[in-house]
Amino acid sequence: MSTIAQKKGFGAVLWDYLTTVDHKKIAHLYLIAGGLFFIMGGIEAVLIRIQLAVPNNDFVSAGAFNEIITMHGTTMIFLAAMPLLFAFMNAVMPLQIGARDVAFPFVNALGFWLFFFGGLFLNLSWFLGGAPDAGWTSYASLSLHSKGHGIDFYVLGLQIAGLGTLIGGINFLVTIINMRAPGMTYMRMPLFTWTTFVASAMILFAFPPLTVGLTLMMFDRLFGANFFDVTMGGNTIIWEHLFWVFGHPEVYILILPAFGIFSEIFSTFSRKRLFGYSSMVFATVLIGFLGFMVWAHHMFTTGLGPVANAIFAVATMAIGVPTGIKIFNWLFTMWGGSVKFTTPMYYAFAFIPSFVMGGVTGVMVATAAADYQYHDTYFVVAHFHYVIVGGVVLALLAGTHYWWPKMFGTMLNETLGKITFWLFFIGFHLTFFIQHFLGLWGMPRRVFTFLPGQGLDAGNLISSVGAAFMSAGVMILLINIVVTQVKNVKVGNDPWGDGRTLEWAIASPPPYYNFKQLPLVRGLDAYWLEKMEGKKGMTPAEPIGDIHMPNSSFIPFMITLGLFIAAFGAMYHVNDKPWAIPLLIFGLAVTFGSMLVRSFKDDHGYHIHKEELTQDEKGAKA
Amino acid sequence: MQAEEKLTYETWPAAPERATLEAKNKFLGFWLFLGGETVLFSSLFATYLALKDKVPDTSQPLAKDLFELPLTLVATMLLLTSSLTSVYAMYHMKNFAFKKMMLWLGVTVLLGLGFLGLEVYEFNMYVHEGHKFTSSAFGSAFYSLVGFHGAHVTFGLGWILALMIRNYKRGLNLYNAPKFYVASLYWHFIDVVWVFIFTVVYLMGMVG
Amino acid sequence: MKRFAKWRLISLFAILALVLSGCGRPYLSSLRPAGEVADIQYDLMKLSTWIMVGVIIVVLIIFTIVFFRFRRKDDRIPKQVEGSHTLEIIWTVIPILLLLILAVPTVAATFKLADVKEMDKKNSKALVINVRSHLYWWDFEYPNEKIVTSQDLVVPTNEKVYFNLKSLDVKHSFWIPAVGGKLDTNTDNINRFWLVFDDKRANEAGNLFYGKCAELCGPSHALMDFKVKAMSRADFDTWVKDMQAVKQPEKAQTDLAAQGQEIFNKSCIGCHAVTPEDKPEAARLAPNLTNFGERSRIAGILDHNKEELKNWIKNPETYKPGNEMTNKYPAMTDEQLDALAEYLMGLKVQD
Repeated sequence: MSTIAQKKGFGAVLWDYLTTVDHKKIAHLYLIAGGLFFIMGGIEAVLIRIQLAVPNNDFVSAGAFNEIITMHGTTMIFLAAMPLLFAFMNAVMPLQIGARDVAFPFVNALGFWLFFFGGLFLNLSWFLGGAPDAGWTSYASLSLHSKGHGIDFYVLGLQIAGLGTLIGGINFLVTIINMRAPGMTYMRMPLFTWTTFVASAMILFAFPPLTVGLTLMMFDRLFGANFFDVTMGGNTIIWEHLFWVFGHPEVYILILPAFGIFSEIFSTFSRKRLFGYSSMVFATVLIGFLGFMVWAHHMFTTGLGPVANAIFAVATMAIGVPTGIKIFNWLFTMWGGSVKFTTPMYYAFAFIPSFVMGGVTGVMVATAAADYQYHDTYFVVAHFHYVIVGGVVLALLAGTHYWWPKMFGTMLNETLGKITFWLFFIGFHLTFFIQHFLGLWGMPRRVFTFLPGQGLDAGNLISSVGAAFMSAGVMILLINIVVTQVKNVKVGNDPWGDGRTLEWAIASPPPYYNFKQLPLVRGLDAYWLEKMEGKKGMTPAEPIGDIHMPNSSFIPFMITLGLFIAAFGAMYHVNDKPWAIPLLIFGLAVTFGSMLVRSFKDDHGYHIHKEELTQDEKGAKA
Repeated sequence: MQAEEKLTYETWPAAPERATLEAKNKFLGFWLFLGGETVLFSSLFATYLALKDKVPDTSQPLAKDLFELPLTLVATMLLLTSSLTSVYAMYHMKNFAFKKMMLWLGVTVLLGLGFLGLEVYEFNMYVHEGHKFTSSAFGSAFYSLVGFHGAHVTFGLGWILALMIRNYKRGLNLYNAPKFYVASLYWHFIDVVWVFIFTVVYLMGMVG
Repeated sequence: MKRFAKWRLISLFAILALVLSGCGRPYLSSLRPAGEVADIQYDLMKLSTWIMVGVIIVVLIIFTIVFFRFRRKDDRIPKQVEGSHTLEIIWTVIPILLLLILAVPTVAATFKLADVKEMDKKNSKALVINVRSHLYWWDFEYPNEKIVTSQDLVVPTNEKVYFNLKSLDVKHSFWIPAVGGKLDTNTDNINRFWLVFDDKRANEAGNLFYGKCAELCGPSHALMDFKVKAMSRADFDTWVKDMQAVKQPEKAQTDLAAQGQEIFNKSCIGCHAVTPEDKPEAARLAPNLTNFGERSRIAGILDHNKEELKNWIKNPETYKPGNEMTNKYPAMTDEQLDALAEYLMGLKVQD
């Protein structure tokens, strides 16, 4: 992607990316892989809307439809939204705190490869006998009933990918706690860094229950255990709890970084510091905390009893308060500002009404007694798409336009960007607004078809038309990316002109060591402060000296490859294949062997000497 | 301070496990990882409590029929003692006494092996009494929780042994000191989890 | 599509106003509540919608002002405001108050809807129905009346009807949108709740409601529909008596039907009962057909006539993929199908 890379041969670039531990390159990998999965999930969404465009349609069969909805949900949450957010976290967060890399560059690479191979494994199900078909929630009784290997792909693939997310979260936490530049106190951190911090903490506590749930399911399906088999004393409600103890925080793991992205954009393009910064930080932490207290609102109709339902209903409503604080703080960040409507700002601005809509329906579904009507209908489908598309996906699109110059050194075309925005925005509301009503009119979710004459025909058609608009928007974005990279017009440090945080103080894209000298941070919006005092860049906090850098490594790839192979062994062992168990052992041996190599081979990294740094600078100027 | 530096007793820092930035990161990162592990085991405990004594028919043994205090008490003592010996090892690590550290780590490994041996014997006994991984939800939950802990013990033993073998000839430096420290932290964690297993699974199981 | 759905707009209450019209026809919508439970839920929906519309309006007003007043016109640098405690307290306290207004009726309603104390009373007169869900069909047992029926739930109006819900294979969810919110049928335990079917409004719906499965349960989840026949208590009592009176399978009326009965007794009776007797639930492998001739749909989805019935028996897999009936009986010739259809359609308990 960068100019240096283009001069190298393809093989060299590939090897570079296979072994890189540089957070900026790992960000590229997350963006590309997450983008590909996003497109796959999008295609699945379009298939769903084609099937539901008219009643009694037979575009896809009932069984295939269930596979498609399952893969759409699973792909979008685990393989598109999370990795794309990780792309921005990797690309931007270390720069925002003035660090040269993350705390564990090796682990960072390992996290990416785990996610990627997990996602690959899950998607191979399409070619190896059928995808999972029990919904992304994969409730236990249906999962155990499901024939074939679909659910096994789900269980094993998500275990691998989830492990990657978990260690990624730990890595970000340690980075933010230990690697901040001099003067970068907690209450001077940009909001995107704060939300990354809280989301990472949530990952740390939310993913283990999922891992346990998936492991139990794997034991049941592949190794003869009876956790969810009622006739053997098992209990399927355990799965629901484990899944939602993870699943609800997961929603906030997605939306908090999205809030962070929008906070940066509002502040930048209003030329104002974030209104009520400290209450924004407080609200973020509070949402993160409350996010763990409300999981059972997904189970109001499971029959937990009125006491549990009432408690979880009230706790859920409480989350509306910090979220409301955020909405008003954003509005008042713009109030009195000088708002420039760039493409990222279009998304941020449109996000407010879209997300408010998702938020208020969230309070509506929190009213337990009324939720007995909403639950498992298209009302809920509309609600969570308003939150996840209207919040997270708009943030991802905004972030893509906003940080593209920082990641790749080129500006995406603004006109095409705005066309993408309008197509996507109109399509989004067209698709999902009517679904609130479809739900209230009695359409359950996850139905592969509906009967004519029950009042559901027109609404579904409108919804399908909207999906076409959204697809067109994404296609324009892809064209924009290709055109921009082919033209390859390079931009300077602060291409938007209004940059406030540290990432805009250095070159686009930054040199591989990020900061030649660590910057001295004197307040919130560190770079803005210096600009307002008429300075060109940051005041350095240290003299020019040698910089310690980590070595590239192929071991993360190997560790993951081992697990990938082992997963096939575990899965086919139920078919009495003689090679299955040996394959499982071989795969685990590759993984643990690679870990042992990592442990036995000292890796002290290397140093960039200060002479090289000065030369670099001269070279850049010439 | 640099990780590769050759140090002596005099220059050895007071907290070698946190002397370099890499070490500090490792130290914090590992504590956070243990936080995640805590949630992991909590989930397994919750599952176990929900499925305790849930068997398909009355021919299956229940917790009160299975567990015997003497056996688990010996296992508990072995593991608790191994935690103590790993504390000694870290004490010597901080004092730059490499050989003593290795000696106490060796004792820790032996005690850990003793614990594992007892666990294998115990599992084998239960299987003969009809309490299997596949025979009931209770069995699945029991072997998952206790077996998961056993797998952690096995991994911990492998880890400490690998560190001992790798550093046998080199002595202590600021590169491997945090590794030893973190491994011992892991060992303590395993020990704490066992205390909960001993209480929740065995003691509470025996009273019924 | 026999009749096109007409839309009409009721009141300024635009969000909830779009409601299907068409009197005297069964309908699905939860926005036309037809019983006490649905009423409570509809009131909560309205209350929450009102509050939320208020919030949206406030946000939109600020939003619009910002859009017009604070666009960038020159290169000035705006004042860097830190925040405002007064404002921040306002938008923390007001939402809390609004949520309290919503929380109190929510908690009250949650407890009210879960109140099934009547079921535990000895000698209770309340009507109890055991709902057992199976892969793509519904089984309804009236334990006190000692009768069983399937697919078409029959209930009396204007009184609390209590339900015991359980699933015998995978998890489903029992939902009659117009009459009240859903409750899951778990495989692990029995869930209990109550519903009321309002007489007047049931009449407007032609005494028939649509019921749905609301939890993904496999390929034919979308087709796991059932119907609810609501009738006055007197009619209901008659129906119960008529059902109870069936001690032997109904006699075939014609020769063709007699042939059909013979085929049925050879190939079908292993799973399908034609008497409403109270067999244990695990032995009820397929829908009870005692009053099949009086049902409103075949398999919950197809029009109720002989042609569709023959199609269904010929190849159930086309209509409900993944169902448990396929391949459980020998293939039938057209003559056999005619006979079978004749017999089944004649299974009626009421005159």
